[in-house]
Formats: sequence, C-alpha cells, structure tokens
Amino acid sequence: MSSPTALPNSSDLVEEHRRRIPPGHRERAEDTLRSARLRLSDLIRLGGYGLRSRPLRAVLSALGIAIGIAAMISVVGISASSHADLDRKLAKLGTNMLTVSPGRTMFGKQATLPDESVAMIKRIGPVQSATATGVVGTVHAYRNDRIPVAQTGGLSVVAAKLDLLTTVGAQLDQGVWLNGATDRYPAVVLGATAAERLGYGPTVYIGGRSWVVVGVLRKVALASELDTSVIMGWPAATTYLAFDGHPTTVYTRSADSQVEAVRGVLAATANPSAPNEVDVSRPSDVLTLRRATNAAFTSLLLGLGSVALLVGGIGVANTMVISVLERRSEIGLRRSLGATKGQIRTQFVAESLLLSMIGGAAGALLGYLVTGTYATTQKWPTVVPWWILAGGVGATVLIGAIAGLYPAIRAARLAPTEALAAT
Amino acid sequence: MNTFGAVVTTVDDAEGHPVIELDDVSKSYPGGVAALRSVDMVVDYGELLAIVGPSGSGKSTMLNLIGTLDRPSTGTVRIDGYDVASLSDRQLSALRSRRVGFVFQHFHLAAGRDALGNVADGLLYSGASKRDREQRAEAALVRVGLSERLTHRPYQLSGGERQRVALARAVAGDPPLLLADEPTGNLDSVSGAGVMRLLHELHEAGTTILVITHDREIADSLPRQVRMRDGQVV
Ligand SMILES: Nc1ncnc2c1ncn2[C@@H]1O[C@H](COP(=O)(O)OP(=O)(O)OP(=O)(O)O)[C@@H](O)[C@H]1O
Ligand SMILES: [Mg+2]
Repeated sequence: MSSPTALPNSSDLVEEHRRRIPPGHRERAEDTLRSARLRLSDLIRLGGYGLRSRPLRAVLSALGIAIGIAAMISVVGISASSHADLDRKLAKLGTNMLTVSPGRTMFGKQATLPDESVAMIKRIGPVQSATATGVVGTVHAYRNDRIPVAQTGGLSVVAAKLDLLTTVGAQLDQGVWLNGATDRYPAVVLGATAAERLGYGPTVYIGGRSWVVVGVLRKVALASELDTSVIMGWPAATTYLAFDGHPTTVYTRSADSQVEAVRGVLAATANPSAPNEVDVSRPSDVLTLRRATNAAFTSLLLGLGSVALLVGGIGVANTMVISVLERRSEIGLRRSLGATKGQIRTQFVAESLLLSMIGGAAGALLGYLVTGTYATTQKWPTVVPWWILAGGVGATVLIGAIAGLYPAIRAARLAPTEALAAT
Repeated sequence: MNTFGAVVTTVDDAEGHPVIELDDVSKSYPGGVAALRSVDMVVDYGELLAIVGPSGSGKSTMLNLIGTLDRPSTGTVRIDGYDVASLSDRQLSALRSRRVGFVFQHFHLAAGRDALGNVADGLLYSGASKRDREQRAEAALVRVGLSERLTHRPYQLSGGERQRVALARAVAGDPPLLLADEPTGNLDSVSGAGVMRLLHELHEAGTTILVITHDREIADSLPRQVRMRDGQVV
C-alpha cells in the first residue's frame, strides 16, 4: 500500500492486532459487561483537569471558601491564644488568692473589719498567708504642698503590712519595698498609676508633710486597687496620719484545693459578730469572667465566619452548575467512552470536593498566619485548637459534597446523545 | 441481576452472531418525529460500510442506537451478541468502553490536554493503569502517524491531525467495532483522504467499521453502502 505520509504499513497493523488479541481468545461475557472502577488517583486527576481548564474561575470560587475558613480559624485561634495567655498569667499569679473587705451594714453604712481579723484569718488551717491594707480615709496624696487640696487625682493613701508584696504577688519596678525601719517613718511606695500621676518625684505631700518615695510597684494583676495607691507602713500611718488601724482589705492565699472551703468560712472568721457585713472575692475570677465575655464576642465572629463559608459554598455550587452546562459535550464524550452515570457523577463531585478543599486548605493556612501574626504582636502564645482545624476540613468536605451533588446528578442524568449534540 | 444467561453461550464464538443486528428497530422522539422506522440491518465482523442518505434521514440516530448511546423505541438492537434492551446502564457503559469506538464530526477533544492525554483519557473507563493507558495511547498515536505530535494541544493541531487524534482515541482500546459519524465532514479533501486511509488500514487489521458520510466518492470507495431515506434503509 502506498502512503504519502509516514504511516506504518498495513501488514504491521495486522501483526499488531494479532499480537493484542490472539485468535480464539475473547474476553468472557462477565468481563465485557463489568464496568471497571475508577481509581482514586484517576478521580483526583480528573477533578484537577476540570479545575485547570478554568483556573481563574476555580480560584475565585475557592476564595469564598478560603475566606470563610480563614475567618473561622483566626477568630477561634486568636481567642484560644488569648485564653492561653490568660491561663499562663493565671498560672503565674495563682488562683488561690481571696480578698476580704468590709461591705455595708444593714442600714447601708460602710462597715469596718475588726482589727484582729487578720490574725483570726491566719488561724484558718489551709490559709497559707494573710495580710492587710487599710485605707487612710482622712488624707490624700499630692505631688507637693502647692497643689490645691481638691486635686486628689483619684489616688488613695493606704497603710500596708510588710508581707503585702509576697501575698498579692506584686513586683517592684524601682527602688525598694518598706522594711521594719522605713515602715515607721514618713516613707511611701507608689503603685504604678499613682507614680505616673504624682510625677515620679523624690517626695510626695501627705497630711501636711513630705514623704520620701522609696519605691514604685509594677502593675499588680490580681490587686489592681494597689496601682492607684500610695502605700506606707502601718505604724507610720498611725503615727503621722491618725490612722484608725482598721483593715479595709485582707489578702489571703490558701492551699489550691481548699480555696472554696476557705471562702466559705472567711466571712464568719473575719467578723464573727456580723459575717453578712463582709465581702469575700476571688480576683482571678474577675479575669476568668473577662474571658467569658470574650467568648460571646467570639461566637458572634464565628457566626459571621460561617456565613462567609455558606456564601463560599454557594459560589462553589454555582461554579459547578455552570461547569456542567458548559461541558455537556465532554460529558457525552465520556459516556461514549464508557463512563457510567455513576462515574460522571463521581467526577463532578470529586471536582467540587477538590475545589472546596483547595479553598479550605488555603483558608486554614491563612487563618493560621493571621492568628500567629496577631498573637505575636500581643506577645501571646499562638494556639490554633485542633478541633477548629478538623471542623474546618469537615466543613469544606461537607460543603464540597453538597455543592457538587446537584450539578453532578444533573450531569449524570444527561442523555449521552443529547450531551454529544451540544457543541 | 443476571442478564448474561441468554447471551453467554454465543459470545465466546465470534462467528456465531453478527456484530450488529437491528431487528425491526424504530426510534421516535418526543414531539412525534419518527427518526427511524422499522429498520432491519445486519453487519458481520470485519465489514467496512458507508451509511449514506440525505440530511435528517436518520443516519446519526441509527449510529447512536448501534453505539448503545440511545435505546430504540421498539425493536431489538444486538451489539456483539448482546441485546441492548436487557443491559443496565453500567453494562452498556462497559460494553462501550471495551467493544465500541466512536469518531465524531466535531472531534470532541479536550482543549486542555495534549494529544497523548486525550488518547490516554479515552482508556480511563477500561480499568487500565495510567502507565498502561499512556503506553497504549502512544502506540495508537504512532499508528495514526502522529508520533511527532504527542505533546501538542488540540489548538496546535490541524483539523486532519485533530481527527487522527480522535481516531487514535477511538481505537486505542482495540474495539472490534468502530463507528464514525461524518469523520471527514469538517476536513478538506486531503485530510479527509488521510483519515479514510487510516480507516481502511484498521479494517484490514480486522476492525468492523461504519462510516456515515455525505461524500459520494468516499461512500463508493467502501465495500458496502447502506442507503437511508426518511428513517428507513432503502
Ligand atoms: N433529540 C431529538 N429530538 C427530536 N428530534 C430529533 C432528535 N434527534 C434527531 N431528531 C430528528 O430525527 C431525524 C433524524 O435525525 P438524524 O440526526 O438521525 O439525521 P441524519 O441523517 O444524521 O442527518 P444529518 O446528515 O444532517 O446529520 C431528524 O428529523 C431530526 O430532526
Ligand atoms: Mg447526522
């Protein structure tokens, strides 16, 4: 046979054919009529071809999913990181501090704690330490003697026992704490905010005389009232300012396991004659409470994230519907090549799954980066809980399956001849 | 479901039955169009025949029924010994993937895949591994004279080359039956002749081939002609 182009000659073809299908050997009927299963790798590849044929559209519809997942992961991640930070702080500060302060009498007047309440509290078994401060209500602290009396700056003058620092976990920023000598003389230690307002001078003016500033405290997380206090020794307050000696706050630390038990007896111990006039609180609870308010905010943002995810899912469904409409002739061709309805369906579901999972993976990465960046700027540890990652993956799989199912069913239902007629 | 029983006995014997058997086949479409009316036709293994007739005479409809892409309204279609009516969608799909190859006027190549990919994807539903599919695809492309065009995308190929890729895809799985609906309809005469030469070669290698054509010359060059008019074989 003459062939102008370089075609193999026909006897080669006959030979080739014989080699492939030996004479007398035919597939058995069962094999001929059994449709082969698509391998998973082929299915993934098929989904990939579909997406690659319209890359921009794929990217845009995956973007919706990515934004939703990123929003959810970063919201949960940031809140988890902030919790981790709080937990770390609480672990350092301890959650075993209880404070006792006078409440109001039955007639609404300010109550007082008995002078011996600190000693009584110290006698409670699980109490490890107890110390007190007493507000010197009659005087205020000023920068110097030229400041008008009315300008108190919102600061209080407080007498403190020497073991205050260790019990409340306060730390010095500058200078020294009071000692057995300076607590008798006109010397003060300033809380962090008090030092700012009083201008970090060498002295302050209280009750008609100058007091030497010997130290400045850092902010005290569990006793923020000390930040706005000018603190002096108990004897000095009595000597120079006619302090009445009544404690206004008693700080205690107890064995961790016994905190609640101690809390139960604290009021009666501090003021046996009028336990109802005593307020007991646990400062670490306030911090924990702040976390609870954060949680409400977090669920709001999480709701927004899931709306974004839903919109992303609709975007994927839309893309898939259009894809099926546009690819009718491809569907017809695949049917002519031997694809079953089920295989057509699987192909489009796989494509949809792939699309949303690419979006989900990008979103998870983005969410992690956002969390990491934010946590780092806040000096928090970066924490992304596993459940939100698992939830994110689960959500994308679910969205992909749901979004792809209807278009896939439509694709599979197309009659092969009708699909082939579309060009 | 056991639908094999009736045909298993004859299927092992290639000479026992014709490759195509249409028995009183009619096809009407919703709306009352009778595209095929009471068609009887038998095609034996190894035949090469042309289906000719005016536009709308039912040629494509008949080819689709033979290719099991559609079912008749009435009558019996037997392909490779199997009664199409007794087979499920999965079984028909399996039959198509193993026993029937299609070539279309509009090629139907995937724009995003090169020649090798297009041909290899044609074997996707045969259960062959990727390696195996690619090897057979390459062999098929060599057979149609496109060994130099393996990595070309459809837009980088001429019309004749595209149809040869489509032909390679149709025969890569060695189907005993090849159905071509106006394979040269979109080609110039030189490219068309090239495609026809390949069909002749495949025929010589043992494949049964049906070609729908409007080209008298092509039709006359084939060993057998089936003429259609108004949904009937005349
Ligand atoms: N899906 C369909 N729905 C309704 N009528 C159809 C459908 N497909 C084909 N027909 C009608 O059936 C008749 C036969 O169509 P068919 O496509 O078989 O013709 P043909 O011989 O292949 O023509 P051509 O040479 O133009 O391709 C035509 O009258 C056509 O309008
Ligand atoms: Mg036609």
